[in-house]
Amino acid sequence: MIIHCKDLRVFQFSLSFSKEEDAKKIFQGIVHHCLEPKSLRCLFAFSYCENTSYPEVQRKKQTVMFDSVEDWIQDMKRTKGNCRVVSENSNFELSPKLPQFFIVPSNVSDEDLTKYQGKGLPMWCWSHHSGCALFKTASIPLVQEDNVPQTYMEKMLTAVAHNHLYSVKTEDLSDTLPAVQDILLSYNKFKQFFLIDNTTEFWMSDMKWFSSLDNCGWLDIIRQCLQKAVEVVECLEKENTNVLIMEEGGSDLCCVVSSLVQLMLDPYYRTLLGFQSLVQKEWVAGGHAFLDRSNHLHLKDKAESQSPVFLLFLECVWQLQQQHGPAFQFSETYLTVLSDSVHVPVFTTFLFNNDSHRDNILRAESPHTQRSPLNCPTVWDWSVQFDCKAQDLFTNPLYSEKPKQDTSVRKSYRPKHLRQLSLPSSAFKTPPKKGFFKDEADNLKKILGVKRLSRWMLSPSSESPQTSSSVREFYEAWQTKPLDYHGLLLPCLDGPSIRVWMQRYLRWIHDVQILGGGPVAMLSKVSEILGEVQELQRQLDRHGCTLTSNHKGARPRAKTASVIAARSSVRLSSSFPFVTSRNWLFKPAIPTSLLQSLMVTGMAGNLADREDDGGGPESLV
Amino acid sequence: MENTGSIDSLGSKRSSSRQPSVDSLSSTSTSRSDWSTHAAKPTFAMSSDNVSISTEFSPELRVLRDSKEEPQLLPKESVQDMAKDVTYICPYIGALRGTLTVTNYRLFFKCMDREPAFVLDLPLGVVSRVEKIGGASSRGEVSYGLVCKDIRNLRFAHKQMEDSLRKSIFEILMKFAFPVSNGLTIFAFEYGQVYPENGWKVYDAQVEYKRQGLPNESWRITKVNDHYELCDTYPSTLVVPVNIPDEELKRVAAFRAKGRIPVLSWIHPESQATVIRCSQPMVGVNGKRSKDDEKYLQTIMDANAQSHKLFIFDARPSVNAAANKMKGGGYESEDAYQNAELVFLDIHNIHVMRESLRKLKEVVYPNIKESHWFSNLESTHWLEHIKLILAGALRIADKVESGKTSVVVHCSDGWDRTVQLTSLAMLMLDGHYRTIRGFQVLLEKEWLSFGHRFQLRIGHGDKNHTDADRSPVFLQFIDCVWQMTRQFLAAFEFNEYFLITILDHLYSCLFGTFMCNSEQQRVKEELPKKTVSLWAYINSQPEEFTNPLYVNYSNHVLFPVVSMRHLELWVGYYIRWNPRMRPQEPVHQRYKELLAKRAELQKRVEELQREVNNRSASSSSERAGSPTRSITPVQTFV
Repeated sequence: MIIHCKDLRVFQFSLSFSKEEDAKKIFQGIVHHCLEPKSLRCLFAFSYCENTSYPEVQRKKQTVMFDSVEDWIQDMKRTKGNCRVVSENSNFELSPKLPQFFIVPSNVSDEDLTKYQGKGLPMWCWSHHSGCALFKTASIPLVQEDNVPQTYMEKMLTAVAHNHLYSVKTEDLSDTLPAVQDILLSYNKFKQFFLIDNTTEFWMSDMKWFSSLDNCGWLDIIRQCLQKAVEVVECLEKENTNVLIMEEGGSDLCCVVSSLVQLMLDPYYRTLLGFQSLVQKEWVAGGHAFLDRSNHLHLKDKAESQSPVFLLFLECVWQLQQQHGPAFQFSETYLTVLSDSVHVPVFTTFLFNNDSHRDNILRAESPHTQRSPLNCPTVWDWSVQFDCKAQDLFTNPLYSEKPKQDTSVRKSYRPKHLRQLSLPSSAFKTPPKKGFFKDEADNLKKILGVKRLSRWMLSPSSESPQTSSSVREFYEAWQTKPLDYHGLLLPCLDGPSIRVWMQRYLRWIHDVQILGGGPVAMLSKVSEILGEVQELQRQLDRHGCTLTSNHKGARPRAKTASVIAARSSVRLSSSFPFVTSRNWLFKPAIPTSLLQSLMVTGMAGNLADREDDGGGPESLV
Repeated sequence: MENTGSIDSLGSKRSSSRQPSVDSLSSTSTSRSDWSTHAAKPTFAMSSDNVSISTEFSPELRVLRDSKEEPQLLPKESVQDMAKDVTYICPYIGALRGTLTVTNYRLFFKCMDREPAFVLDLPLGVVSRVEKIGGASSRGEVSYGLVCKDIRNLRFAHKQMEDSLRKSIFEILMKFAFPVSNGLTIFAFEYGQVYPENGWKVYDAQVEYKRQGLPNESWRITKVNDHYELCDTYPSTLVVPVNIPDEELKRVAAFRAKGRIPVLSWIHPESQATVIRCSQPMVGVNGKRSKDDEKYLQTIMDANAQSHKLFIFDARPSVNAAANKMKGGGYESEDAYQNAELVFLDIHNIHVMRESLRKLKEVVYPNIKESHWFSNLESTHWLEHIKLILAGALRIADKVESGKTSVVVHCSDGWDRTVQLTSLAMLMLDGHYRTIRGFQVLLEKEWLSFGHRFQLRIGHGDKNHTDADRSPVFLQFIDCVWQMTRQFLAAFEFNEYFLITILDHLYSCLFGTFMCNSEQQRVKEELPKKTVSLWAYINSQPEEFTNPLYVNYSNHVLFPVVSMRHLELWVGYYIRWNPRMRPQEPVHQRYKELLAKRAELQKRVEELQREVNNRSASSSSERAGSPTRSITPVQTFV
């Protein structure tokens, strides 16, 4: 019996020595619980929650959940946006497809909210410090001949444009990025390279590794998403125009792109809590159909809506993180663990399709009817899955924290940045110059006459060759400036820069584990030094020396030390912390497909030995 | 800091900077914090007369004065020609107009139109070929293409000389780029910089063998090759089995190609298993045998009590090895050599490697093709070759370490693939070679003294760029080392910049280290007397080349994973001319900050400790302590 897991583990059990009935039972049990269609109720989360009394208190102090008006107002204030917070949908009276709370441009009227079940309604994502903002929307299918949806769309666009400078760019992601089905197809091909259960097969596939990577197209999809995000960033940062991204459902690639844009522009989202809030805001509250996309229920009719869109997002984040390590507070391990957690049907975070869905189910499932809805843990409560020590591995020891004089730096820094980019210094309150405004408005009206709204662009970015060269210029201009980990981050998109997420994909494959090597070797050394720095600081403290904020930076980050220091880094492999080889043997993995002669010359014995070497996978620490 | 003025054109890759550093593409005034400190230093005299007496070899000063159009010259470097209004056609920026200077060492182009000024500074040794492209254009310009050994091509254009008697600057360039072909001396023989250390003393065969515990009861050091009579491509000092007298060595030499007999390269400190290197046996079509050679290998096996087997690794693919029989060579038959097991490692010859690098250059220079990057990379087979070499070395190291078996490694002549394999295996087995000095010893020993033919493989100063003897064998080795450093981030004392610097000076012809083909030739040319060693330069500023993450794993064997999944194209070397691929600030920078913080805190703790001691001492013995002074330094610091 061979089990292929979603986190790319492959288990092989021999049932030849067990009774046939037992074997059948086990097999059926697994199939029943894993592969057969079932209702949401059967998921483990509900039996889990019923049997666990779970204290609600802690979660709020950490991640912003975006499940209250205050959260939204606060986030808008943080980014200095000035849009309208809509709370009329708190009981899903407007539309069950809309989130409980959301923000729209201030010019959107009440009656506009309910038309088309929320389709076409520009939802605020994030405001740039210049005042322009990013919006996303589900596009309205333009099927009918009548002009109603189109006039509505025009109205919405005008509303967006009013937000800042009377400018707006739209970007229809359905046209420019691969469809969710293609994403799934590509991922399924890609995944196969790692679901390898024997050494021979592994080394055989090694020869064609690079071309197979190209052929499956997964890395290319990642590149496209990042590129699209950079284009949007360019509009916001360089041209200071509002951007409205749209796609059919408004909650797949829109989520990918909008979250990436925010990660690149806003250092807050590169902290651990900030990142979790971002996922809450864009994905959970934003109505990404986690249930359908990950198909927890194994429903046949939902099979085609399955797609690893969230994973795609995490992949993009990983690429950014690889290129700009110190800018991120969370580690690679964190992303890997998060990507695994999507498949753990315990957390409310990834179980539902949208807010109202969650609300309905949790209420209905509540053991005390008419009382509070069922209380399930969110994935952000990591203590459900991991102990403290393991959680320490989530932080990046090399994170360069923002200097303490936070606010002052920000203020003085930002305008400077503006100047560097030679932007129209249009900061927050732009007194509208009449002539300028009029031109724009005329222009707008003229363009609005064009039939296909999705093509309505002020920039030439719909034609790909021009786009890539413009993006390239933007990147190069950014690259020549000194790097600021708390400012704008852009990814390099050239061939060699987009890589395979080794930790996630190779961690279970024994043949590619680097014993005594891999990033953990560096991590442990860094942690060791951090530990020493800490210790020295403590000594200084003991001597009654007051320390200023200068040195505080190192403190919270030194936690990793305790985890790794206990083990000699020599004994850790590149798959740390996911696999620790218990009977650690010093035997290199020698490629077998190199030569046929290898097998002849007595390597067979060596091969047979190797099967035993891989210590059973242990979970984190 | 950086390095001598000439060099930083090559050493564009600096671990500490994210910004373009000074090289062909970038400009001089990139303000880097670490340079500003040097700006305070007095600039020394700029005229070439004065420079030679300057003992200063910090390089960055030249870079700071960007008002001049000429380069800062090295000792004994002199300007040969200078031309204004030359156009450099940069593949990234576009056409640039500026002044081109050719010295007996370098090509220097500077464009003042841009802010900051654009500088291209490369040693002529890097140039592999100069060609005139097409005839004069409509604007009366002629253009020249320079193909370089370090994965780039340069294109210049300038006005046709009206005075046809005067030589064009590119003719001058050709003369000095290929001094050997033009009867001139290579610049390394003129360069007279004095460094605090004599780099030629880094490697002493006796000392190195002593470090390995040699001679011992089974192995002796022989002087039979003292005058290079046994084998002219081997070093004078050789380690051979105790039981084999010199007379017998001569008979073994007769059976081995070019007389390159099996000798010891490395011995395991515990198991006494050895790494032996040699050339192919002269078996020929008729399957000739040599009793002496058979006995010799048996003795080598016997010297290791742990194993009753001997592994012979033939680096070649078996087909090629068999084909060599036609030329009188071949491989050991297992009938003739009892208890020996022959393994072919399938590594291709120098011609295949050269072709592979040519393809790689096409793929990465000047621009990376947007689509199908990985397929294009795969089609060059470069990483596949790297994988095979590493896999071979891994198997050797595994046999020695895990199998406690002695191994014999050879290819055809034992100076290309053999040395790649033995030196990589030694790097895996022996932590000493992973230090900066240890690595220098490894290169001096395995590559230089055992006669890797650098002169032929690189073609120093030779205009014959199609020479079939040229091949990137050494580059491949350094690439393999880099792959290992990628997998074991903390196991090597040196950093990427160290490896790049070595490769740059492989071509630069500034140092004598990589001149000539063998130890014998180096002695004859009196290289240690007439030239400076690269190691003198490197060891004068080791901090530049040190990996801050280094943990001394000295007793630890490294087994890299040789799967394609872990091999990567060395972007920092092969694609370094592309400004888009410049690395972001690496982790090391951040780490260095931490180290600095630790040092600073340590100092403070020590100070405090001392004061505490002082105070307690003073309070107990009533000596005159000064409590006022004790606190202040710390507080001012804060």
